[in-house]
Amino acid sequence: MNQVNEVLLRSLTPSVLAILVRRGADFAAAEDAVQDALIEAVRVWPADPPRDAKGWLVTVAWRKFLDATRAEAARRRREDLVDEEPAPGPAPTVDDTLQLYFLCAHPSLTPSSAVALTLRAVGGLTTRQIAQAYLVPEATMAQRISRAKHTVSGVRFDQPGDVATVLRVLYLVFNEGYSGDVDLAAEAIRLTRQLAAAIDHPEVAGLLALMLLHHARRAARTAPDGSLVPLAEQDRGRWDTKSIAEGVEILQAALARDRLGEFQAQAAIAALHADAPAAEETDWVQIVEWYDELARLTDNPVVRLNRAVAVGEADGPRAGLAALAALDDSLPRHTAVAAYLHERDGDLTTAARLYSEAAHKAPNLAERAHLTRQAARLNARRSR
Amino acid sequence: MAKYLLLKHYRGAPAPANDVPMDQWSPEEISAHVQYMNDFAARLEKTGEFVDGQALAPEGTWVRYDGEGRPPVTDGPFAETKDLIAGWMVIDVDSYERAVELAGELSAAPGKGGEPIHEWLELRPFYGVSPTITE
Repeated sequence: MNQVNEVLLRSLTPSVLAILVRRGADFAAAEDAVQDALIEAVRVWPADPPRDAKGWLVTVAWRKFLDATRAEAARRRREDLVDEEPAPGPAPTVDDTLQLYFLCAHPSLTPSSAVALTLRAVGGLTTRQIAQAYLVPEATMAQRISRAKHTVSGVRFDQPGDVATVLRVLYLVFNEGYSGDVDLAAEAIRLTRQLAAAIDHPEVAGLLALMLLHHARRAARTAPDGSLVPLAEQDRGRWDTKSIAEGVEILQAALARDRLGEFQAQAAIAALHADAPAAEETDWVQIVEWYDELARLTDNPVVRLNRAVAVGEADGPRAGLAALAALDDSLPRHTAVAAYLHERDGDLTTAARLYSEAAHKAPNLAERAHLTRQAARLNARRSR
Repeated sequence: MAKYLLLKHYRGAPAPANDVPMDQWSPEEISAHVQYMNDFAARLEKTGEFVDGQALAPEGTWVRYDGEGRPPVTDGPFAETKDLIAGWMVIDVDSYERAVELAGELSAAPGKGGEPIHEWLELRPFYGVSPTITE
């Protein structure tokens, strides 16, 4: 099966699932049936492509659902269902897809469950793909998804949800996706794009813009040896200008509606970075202003940490250190920021010590290696 | 979403409250202990938090490179080694708090007299991925 077909197939997943639920199937059983239909499609379509892909999926998924229901012990209820010839049902509206997003990001779910359920029920990924992406056994992921479905089984499908919870789940998929067989960053963008088509909301647009602007830097973010390349040292010629242009356009349209939210503010910061032809030409003054906006919108202390970095660039390292001094030094990456600002301030001894300390506390291997190299670089310079 | 390693030590950890060597338990007490460990792993599979679990033999070999064209040198076991890993479990959980909660449950495995061992377990976070959005 070629790539184009798989994307098409997966894009049909939410509406097919919604049709089954509308016809009276419970969500968990309908979701299983749609997965079975997707697997069947992958098997059958290459030799025998359907004329109406969605109609084919609905028919096969409904049959799978009935088969599974027939196999169940609850005979009485099942017969009622089977006798009830499926009403063709109203064509699912955009709203159905939206409801599915709400359900899969329901606040009763833990973040990891919401992520897994969203990728399967909305994204149409298989349990195996999701398990591989998050480096857990398939059986574990199957249980996680099964429990998630059980958790939301009492939620009415047409109950309105909170867009913010959906955005948090999509942000998680994009930002903390592991690199497996499935490109989770691209998948997060696809799902956010699909959500943006289903609901007119400036923060959905803001998140989509944020993702596009960061995704644009992907090729420049890592060196061939896998090490991290910090923003200031990235080869900006390798940034994806098409992705940047799209992100900026989406962001501008969202900002014009004057309903600012944290994702729009974050995207605005990313857009200012994207706008600078070279790191030295970055408009740090404006970036600090956006961090001030962001700090008003969210109490996330990481925002104030990033703001201190921006202040260091806009007003000099002493100002940055002063901003940093007001923050809790147990914050993740606090030490790394302090090291950087001390280096900018010319205090290489302190900077080297702090880089080394920050490396010890780093939350991932790539950052640890990067910070260790910074410490080594300064130590080599001082002993020369 | 974070992975943690739960390390069980043969030695190297502080002494537990119920500190009776296993060979002085009754066979039923040993069975109850093993059952508890199996049930714990099975329960974590059901909650979608289990990644891996393995037990290690106490005796091992130390190995190092000995130069081009030469076979590796083997040595040990070294009597002076203070720390000895008995086994591990890898879990994938939503928070550090959840990891601590689970380690606490595992440490309650029954020992002599069917009482919890209160064994010290070592909880070590895995390095995660570097996030895409950093500023």
